[in-house]
Amino acid sequence: MAEPARRHPPGSHPDLPPPSIVAVGAVGWVRRNLLSSPLNAALTLGSIYLLYVAVPPLLNWALFDANWNAGTSRADCLRDGACWTMVRARFGQFMYGFYPPDQRWRVDLGFLLLFAGAAALLIERVPGKIYAALFLFVLYPVLAYVLFYGGFGLEAVETRLWGGLTLTLVLGAVGIVAALPIGIVLALGRRSKLPAIRLLCTGFIEFVRAVPLITVLFMASVMLPLFLPEGVTFDKLLRAMIGIALFGAAYMAEVVRGGLQAIPRGQMEAAMALGLNYWKMTALIVLPQALRIVIPGIVNTFIGLYKDTTLVLIIGLFELLGVVQAATRDAAWAGLSREGFFFAGLMFFVVCFGMSRYSQYLERRLHTGHER
Amino acid sequence: MPNGTAAQEPAMRVSEEVMIEMSAVHKWFGQFHVLKDINLTVRTGERIVICGPSGSGKSTLIRCINRLEEHQRGRIVVDGIELTNDLKHIEQIRREIGMVFQQFNLFPHLTVLENLSLAPIWVRKMPRAAAEELAMQYLERVKIPEQAHKFPGQLSGGQQQRVAIARSLCMNPKVMLFDEPTSALDPEMIKEVLDVMIELARTGMTMLCVTHEMGFARTVANRVIFMDFGEIIEENEPEAFFNNPRSERTKLFLSQILHH
Repeated sequence: MAEPARRHPPGSHPDLPPPSIVAVGAVGWVRRNLLSSPLNAALTLGSIYLLYVAVPPLLNWALFDANWNAGTSRADCLRDGACWTMVRARFGQFMYGFYPPDQRWRVDLGFLLLFAGAAALLIERVPGKIYAALFLFVLYPVLAYVLFYGGFGLEAVETRLWGGLTLTLVLGAVGIVAALPIGIVLALGRRSKLPAIRLLCTGFIEFVRAVPLITVLFMASVMLPLFLPEGVTFDKLLRAMIGIALFGAAYMAEVVRGGLQAIPRGQMEAAMALGLNYWKMTALIVLPQALRIVIPGIVNTFIGLYKDTTLVLIIGLFELLGVVQAATRDAAWAGLSREGFFFAGLMFFVVCFGMSRYSQYLERRLHTGHER
Repeated sequence: MPNGTAAQEPAMRVSEEVMIEMSAVHKWFGQFHVLKDINLTVRTGERIVICGPSGSGKSTLIRCINRLEEHQRGRIVVDGIELTNDLKHIEQIRREIGMVFQQFNLFPHLTVLENLSLAPIWVRKMPRAAAEELAMQYLERVKIPEQAHKFPGQLSGGQQQRVAIARSLCMNPKVMLFDEPTSALDPEMIKEVLDVMIELARTGMTMLCVTHEMGFARTVANRVIFMDFGEIIEENEPEAFFNNPRSERTKLFLSQILHH
């Protein structure tokens, strides 16, 4: 180094800048991160080659050589790339299933209200959180039921006609909204001092986690009607919803329990010493901290639950993947399963990635510096 | 000064009224007998320091007073209410007893102001504005009003413990329990917390304090209790306790903590 180590009298040492990094800028970044050792250099070159082999053909297929024109059968796809013509032709069905086309505005309106309400609740800057919550959790379910299913002068649309992305979102939203509170109650119950409640909750959680979702759905669809008295039926979609919600709740309960166990005993003692009873302590002190700790786990469960909704295909409900699969079997579009599944995958990716990003934003926002 | 209590201010005088009465209290942790035949009467305005080696049961003793630990035999009566399994009584007693912990136990997800106003709002049903005003008063008293909108994680240990004391005071308690309030603090922060506690003693607060701060005991206590193996071995006024300990165990303990 050019500068000699200087001595300072005790108590008068100045604050010095940290040692400078030798190479700065883009070149420095590349050298530090990509070429720091022969092995890393080799890995970098290998990765570049793999990208070179994989990405251009994919882009060509999906974008540059793709068919974007409208059409009625496979014959309308003249270019080499993806035949998005099929997705265009089937788009309505992918989105709404067999929901009557002249009634589809109801679905649009329903989701628009849902997104508006969710945005008002989830984005920090929007004021009036309490009204957004009231709207979303009290008014909206009724509104959504009327819009989607009918009533009050709206033509009834039976649930067997629901499908596509609509059905996926309905199942996912109901599952997610129901699974979290039920899961919290189950987790609290599993830690209860009352043996009967503890046994009940533990038994439920362990039983549900020990069987596959397909089994639960199958039971709900095929077995349940056998046990009900003759003439009593309830909607297949409703049964699927309950199955998914309870299934998700069992997993959620274990995630939440992890958070509950991470709260130091002193927090409960401080709350009790102030005179808070069990419910106030749980609602004001324990859950806010426990849930924040397990945000990654909760969102993980949400994402899993959302993707698990595809399994309702087994009981004859045509959600997004089911509709896409049906479309690829159509003789007019034979052999276009790649395009269909690519599109379905993209739709799932958008929703799941969105949830993941929101959870990261939430974690940053709720960080209060106590994890030092 | 011949007697530790002689020079104390008028507000620090002890009344005849009994605040806490423990009679023949026993407690076990599994097979381990932690509290053995504890008999203790605390009068309103008394300031009691409890000391003893670790594991002697001193923390357990004060934690029994607000039912953070359950005693298995004997009677504990606080402010005329007996501690039983009746949740109503327990909550009633807890509202009147403040507690300060070794590890502060502030609520990390709430700001300092929210930590203080939480119990007045939810337990005393005080309107939010009034509770926050009260909270600010007590923050002034512990000399950190400027930290009101910070989170506990952003404060030093001494500041956190002062917030914890203020949080208890916001409930306007009749008794304050201190469970080794300075043991987790860096040495240079102990004084600021003790100052707040001495200040509190001057207001006439009934205090039970588990601590090894013998200077504090001499200044504010009107009784020092020495515990070992779950028993109260000796209790006396501070001067007599420190100058003429009666039992061998007390002498040994004092020589160990005062030697360095």
